Amino acid sequence: MFNFGNWTSAFNELLLGFMPEWGAVLLECVLIGVLVLLAYTVLALFYILYERKLCAWFQCRLGPMRVGKWGLLQVFADMFKILIKELICLKGTDRFLFKLAPYIIITSSVTMLACLPWGNGLQIIDWNIGIFFILAVSSVGVLGILLAGWSSNNKYTLIGAMRSGAQMISYELSLGLSLITICVFAGTMNITELVNAQNNAWFIFSGHIPAIIAFIIYVIAATAETNRGPFDLPEAEHELTAGYHTEYSGIHFGFFYLAEYLNLFIVSGIASLMFLGGWMPLHIPGWEGFNEVMNCIPSIVWFLAKAFFISFVIIWFKWTFPRVRIDQMLSFEWKYLMPFSLVNLVLMTVCVALGWHF
Amino acid sequence: MTQLLAIGNGALSITAVLTGIGLVFAALLIAKLISPRSFTVRKSEPYECGIPTRGESMIQFKAGYYIFAILFLVFDVETIFLWPWSVVMKSLGVQGILCIAIFMFVLILGLAYAWKKGALKWE
Repeated sequence: MFNFGNWTSAFNELLLGFMPEWGAVLLECVLIGVLVLLAYTVLALFYILYERKLCAWFQCRLGPMRVGKWGLLQVFADMFKILIKELICLKGTDRFLFKLAPYIIITSSVTMLACLPWGNGLQIIDWNIGIFFILAVSSVGVLGILLAGWSSNNKYTLIGAMRSGAQMISYELSLGLSLITICVFAGTMNITELVNAQNNAWFIFSGHIPAIIAFIIYVIAATAETNRGPFDLPEAEHELTAGYHTEYSGIHFGFFYLAEYLNLFIVSGIASLMFLGGWMPLHIPGWEGFNEVMNCIPSIVWFLAKAFFISFVIIWFKWTFPRVRIDQMLSFEWKYLMPFSLVNLVLMTVCVALGWHF
Repeated sequence: MTQLLAIGNGALSITAVLTGIGLVFAALLIAKLISPRSFTVRKSEPYECGIPTRGESMIQFKAGYYIFAILFLVFDVETIFLWPWSVVMKSLGVQGILCIAIFMFVLILGLAYAWKKGALKWE
C-alpha cells in the first residue's frame, strides 16, 4: 500500500535542508492548518450538496439543478449568500456568550477532523488515547450548543438547547460504551494501531456478534449525537422554528450549519475507523490475489468511501423514520440502548477471554 | 505523519484548535466587511412568531433535564473507569475480568435503582 508518510517525510527533509528545525516545524504547522481548513470547507460544501441531492432522490425530485451542471455550483452560491447577510445581535442577548458559541462548536469539530486517519500515513493528531480524545473533544461541542441557546434571549432557542443537551449527553454514554466494546477487542486506543489491527479482517467481521451489535448501537447513537434523522427534535421546525440557532443570522448561522455537516462526516469517519477498518482495504485471509487487487485502490478512497456510505445510511434514516418525542427518545436511550450496550460489553469481554473470535 | 515530522501531538492539537478559531475569525471578518448594516429597533426583537416577548427568556427551566444531567454525570464518570481497563483487559486475565464484572454489576444496579425510582420517566 502506498504510504503518504513518504511524501511528508521527503517534504520534511527538503525543509530541513535550508532552514532551522523550529522554522520547519512552524511552517509545517501552518501548512497543516491550511490543509485542515481546506479539507473542512470542501467536505462541508460536498456534504451540503450530498444531502440535498440524496433527499431529493428519496422524495423523487431532482434537487438543485439550475446553478452549474447538475446544480454543482449551488453550494458556492449558498455560501456566498450566507456571507453577505447581515449579522444581527438582538437586544437582551448575552453578547459575549452569543459570539463565543460558534467558536466552541467549530473548534471542537476541526480538532476531531484532525484526529481521523485519512489514509496510510495521512493522519495529523495521533495520541495514544486517540479515540478517547475524539470522544472528549466531541462533548465540548455540546457546550457550544447550550451557550448558543441560552444566550439568545429567546424561548425557542432555550428549549432547543435544553433538548439538544439532554439528547447529546444521554446518547454519548451508549456511543462511548460501543466504542469501549471495540477497544476491549483491539486492546488499544491508538488510532494507528486500531487501523493496523484490522489488516486481516475489519473489526465488524472479526469481532462477529458483539461487534455487529456495537456497530448498530453506534450508528443509532451517532444519529442522535449529530441531532439528525428521527432524533432531530432540538431543531423540530414545527415546534421550535429552528431550535438553538433561531436567532443567529448570516455567517453566524453558517457556522452551525457547517459544524452540523462536519459532525455527520466525523461520526461516519469514526464508524469506519472503529468497525469498517479505517483506510484499510477489504482483506480476506488466504485470498492473496483478491487482497492485491484491493490494495491497488488508494487508502484515502477507501476511507472516504466508507465514511460517505455511513453518512448515506444516516441520511436515509432521516427520510424513513418519523420524528420521536422527547420522552420516547430519552427512554429509548436509558431503557434500551444503555442496558444493551452494557450487556454487549460483557458479551465482548467473554468472547475475548474465551477466544471466540477470528 | 506525527512521527515522521517530529512534531509533538500537543503542538498538533494546538494547531488544530487555532485553525478552528482562525476559521471562525476569518469568516466573521469577511462577513463584517461585505455584509450590509441596517439596524433598527424592530429588528432587534426576538423572533417569537410575531408576538411581543412576554417576560424573561433566561428562565429557570424544567427539572426533568436536570435529572438526566445528573444521571449522565454518574454514568459518564463510571464509564471513564472502563476506558483504561479496556486497553489492559487482555493482560489482566481472570482477576481483571472478575473485578470489572463486580464494577459493572454496581453500574447496572445504579441504573436499575434510577429506573425503579422513576428518574428515567419523563413527566
